[in-house]
Amino acid sequence: MRATVTAPATTQAVHTGPSLTRVTVALGGGAILLMTAMVVAVAIGSVGVGIGDTVAILGHRLLGLPLASSVAPGVESIIFDVRLPRVLTAMLVGGGLGLAGTVFQALLRNPMADPYIIGTAAGASLGAIAGLMAPILLPALAIGLGSSWLGLGLVQVLAFTGGLGTVLLVYAVSRANGRVPVVTLLLTGYAVSSVLAAGVALLMFFSGQHLGAIFGWLMGSLAAARWTNLAFAAPLLVVSAALLVVRWRGLNLLLLGDGPAANLGLDVEREKLVLTMLATLATSTVVAISGTIGFVGLVVPHVLRLAIGPDHRLLLPASVLYGAALLAVADLGARVAGGIPVGIVTALIGAPFFIWLLRRSRLVRPVVTQ
Amino acid sequence: MTVAVGSEVLTEVEGVAFAYPMPDGGRREVLRSVDLTLARGDLVALVGTNGSGKTTLLRLLTGVLKPDAGVVRFEGRSLADWRRLDLARRVAVLPQQLDLPVGFRVAELVGMGRAPHARRLFASTEADERAVARALADAGALELADRFAEELSGGERQRLLVAMALAQEPDLLLLDEPTLHLDLAHQVALLAAIRRLRDQRGLTVLAVLHDLNLAAAFAPRVAILDGGRIVADGPPAEILTRDLVRRVFGVQVDEARTADGRRHLALREV
Repeated sequence: MRATVTAPATTQAVHTGPSLTRVTVALGGGAILLMTAMVVAVAIGSVGVGIGDTVAILGHRLLGLPLASSVAPGVESIIFDVRLPRVLTAMLVGGGLGLAGTVFQALLRNPMADPYIIGTAAGASLGAIAGLMAPILLPALAIGLGSSWLGLGLVQVLAFTGGLGTVLLVYAVSRANGRVPVVTLLLTGYAVSSVLAAGVALLMFFSGQHLGAIFGWLMGSLAAARWTNLAFAAPLLVVSAALLVVRWRGLNLLLLGDGPAANLGLDVEREKLVLTMLATLATSTVVAISGTIGFVGLVVPHVLRLAIGPDHRLLLPASVLYGAALLAVADLGARVAGGIPVGIVTALIGAPFFIWLLRRSRLVRPVVTQ
Repeated sequence: MTVAVGSEVLTEVEGVAFAYPMPDGGRREVLRSVDLTLARGDLVALVGTNGSGKTTLLRLLTGVLKPDAGVVRFEGRSLADWRRLDLARRVAVLPQQLDLPVGFRVAELVGMGRAPHARRLFASTEADERAVARALADAGALELADRFAEELSGGERQRLLVAMALAQEPDLLLLDEPTLHLDLAHQVALLAAIRRLRDQRGLTVLAVLHDLNLAAAFAPRVAILDGGRIVADGPPAEILTRDLVRRVFGVQVDEARTADGRRHLALREV
């Protein structure tokens, strides 16, 4: 012990972490909600399957439990080959968006931030739409492009690289004297997004019969969910989420500002870069398999901050669980409503709910004061 | 318990020059050649005009800024050779301005002061929680522990910031205008608490202060920064004179005596 520190005198410990109640609500509640949402979302559809049979099929295929003979063989295929990948995709997408939204709101110290804010959405959209229109843009390549790469179509690959590439560009442009001020990052992201959005509009103007497909993609949809897409997205999302969740201390410190965070031992510029890239990796992965689903990444962090407080130790894992549950339910709504894009459901129900919350609680807080 | 104040050098600034890069490609020179040595247990008030480079000097002492010339050492080792995290375990700063995140309780924020000592991935240790409790007690903020930071008054907020810095269990505490926005009672209470920590634990303190009389009452040693150099450094009774105030600040003051015989600088009517 160093000379400056005298023996502890009378002080007892002060609890600095989240309360047990908050931990229970955040993680226990989230996990239970998510499992329930998953089973219900898999059970409900054009062919009704009982909850009991659904659980039995999931237990059989996922855990190797014996399956009761009462379950019709066709039902097993509907559950496992069609609905389960779709529900799992919804969960991955929702979890990824919730987490990335939480990270960007803290990193940019901006309550308006969502996963798309610094250019991911614009870049991914331009990539995806270029992919959708590739057959008419480059007729000679149309035959070759029909094939897939690692089980992914051209649209997914271009959306993924478009989102990731745009943020890399925005980050590089924002850098000056070895620093990336968050305000510059925000404004550069906005400017670059505007340019790319013009490109998107131009392609849509000349899109002809592809307009419907483009529009569906922009609204965000999970109709194309397949096990092959999951095989690409799940590892990327699980890894980026795990690496983000353990960086809770860095995010908490960044809320204090760059200088104070540095005084508390944080390598600020490195941390900002790592957080931006991990959150962008998660977002680009999500966008590649689902399009730009709005509102989840904005609302989930705010609602959770109200419910369990702003400590990222809990906020990060909770935003994964609740984001995942929310989108599983929203996609169920989209399917039940006749297969509309899920982005319509999240905006149509999520936005009014958010407004109600704003008015009722006055508690939707800015991320920092002053 | 009183720790003997020895002559063991804790940190030293030697011939340090620093200029900020300007948008037009030029440089704005702030420090020309600063020499300052702090021994363990020193309590020093740093005084100077606005823009004289006091905050810049503090930033150089934390290693957030790197000197253009000269060297800053902590425990004999150049800051260039210190890892940021290791330095954060030894040097704490009370910044002039800090945006407090909304929704955190005081105890949670003071807990952030433990970040450089973090050992576990998610949990805090018992040592962390004890350090937080002691920091809160030392800063007179124990009763604030469960309050939300955004609800605090200016004085309470400043106590919170002091507690955050103390939770780092630093050897060197750098205070950038700690009495800003505080009324007289809170100014005195805060500085008395800092002084007690120095007397009892040998904490080394460098505090930027603007009120010369407050500096003289608080610190046994005052350093004056002017024209990019330390122009005077010593006991306030010797260096805080009419002449110095006129030379550095360009202000006419009268010298008076306090009831306990100390010199007091009195402003003329403005």
